[in-house]
Amino acid sequence: MPVGLSVVFVLVTVVPFPIPGYAAMVPMLALASVFFWAIHRPGLLPPVVVFAIGLVQDILTGALVGSGTVVLLLVYGVVVSQRIFFRDKSFPVVWLGFTMVALGAGALNWLFASAFAGQVIPSGAALFQVLVTIAIYPSLAWILHRVHRLLPQRA
Amino acid sequence: MEFSGTRIIARFAMPLRGRGQRFVLGSLVIVGFGFMLLGNSGAVFVERMQVAVADVATPILETIVHPVAAVDRGIANIREIFAMRSENTRLRQEVVRLRAWRGAAHKLAAENITFRGMLGYQGPPRHSFITARVIADGRGPFVKSVLVNAGARQGAAKGQAVIASGSLVGRVTVAGARSARVLLLTDLNSRIPVIVEESRTRAILVGDNSPWPALRYLPEAAVVKPGQRIVTSGHGGILPPGLPVGRVVAASGGGFRVQPLVNLDRLEYLQIVEFAPVPAPQAAAGKAGDGPR
Repeated sequence: MPVGLSVVFVLVTVVPFPIPGYAAMVPMLALASVFFWAIHRPGLLPPVVVFAIGLVQDILTGALVGSGTVVLLLVYGVVVSQRIFFRDKSFPVVWLGFTMVALGAGALNWLFASAFAGQVIPSGAALFQVLVTIAIYPSLAWILHRVHRLLPQRA
Repeated sequence: MEFSGTRIIARFAMPLRGRGQRFVLGSLVIVGFGFMLLGNSGAVFVERMQVAVADVATPILETIVHPVAAVDRGIANIREIFAMRSENTRLRQEVVRLRAWRGAAHKLAAENITFRGMLGYQGPPRHSFITARVIADGRGPFVKSVLVNAGARQGAAKGQAVIASGSLVGRVTVAGARSARVLLLTDLNSRIPVIVEESRTRAILVGDNSPWPALRYLPEAAVVKPGQRIVTSGHGGILPPGLPVGRVVAASGGGFRVQPLVNLDRLEYLQIVEFAPVPAPQAAAGKAGDGPR
């Protein structure tokens, strides 16, 4: 289920909604999904799957293959190591955690893109994308929580 | 204190599995970095993987795109109904203007035929087009490219020009069996040889991820004015010459930028131009004359 949802999120991210500027502000849904499941059900979202999701996302968005993948894996690693801290915290604390993780992920994305382009890419659009992602996280988390409760309680 | 103690215990309570996972995670991060380095240096393996994934995803994306497009069309219809009156007035004015142009065009066409007959002019080679639909959109903060549902099977190949409503939008960078990636002319990696239509001044259109690519490498004495039309030059033999690209605008920090004729935010159907590239000078050496260089 977490895997399926994450894949759906990736697809939603790349579908060309004909809204002006949509593509520039489309939130990093896969990031939010990985963050959520890494806290609540890391067992159902093993690293190999995170890797695959990242690769598919990189390829469909036309990003440098591997850049988004590494970012997702690092996010996954950081969150899984801190999941015990996040698990029983109130939502605002988790959201604050997500904010930090999303900012870090955005910065890494920007760093990779700039390093491989050999020039400093203006970071305004990237920052905007991160802010949209942070803003949309509560509603995503609400949906994911619903799904989480439907899943059988194990690991 | 006790709380943090239990937390530490909990952390060590799932030891082996955790360590194994950490090893897997670390290896995957390294593999990801490897892909980045390989892909950046244009390794065939990475390109094959890109093609394979895109080809598999194409039918899925095609099915998703349809309902989305239908909803969009519905919204557009409603908007049109409200805008009909003003639209009508505008169109009437345009008809009046275009009538004058039609007269001029007829006259010029007749003149042109006569001149061509006098000169024995061959005319540009005819191109054929492959129409494809945009099925995935990668216009994020770092890349400006789209995925279309036509590939090698339909005749698409790397390097071909891609147009929408007759104007250049980019070119094909990766072509799979049934999908192709189109690098838009606004992308950081896009370089397109162009000329100013009026003055035939050569330049390179350099994308930098902003909505208006920059006009670079102009000759020193070049006189470029805002509003002039920019078309592809065909230099390099990859893109067909004479495809309209955009209009010159003065950039805020000096220099010139080009506003594309097509709204790159709303790309739905694109046409891939099948163009037989001009043979390299060596291959054409047998021919008489010294063509434009």
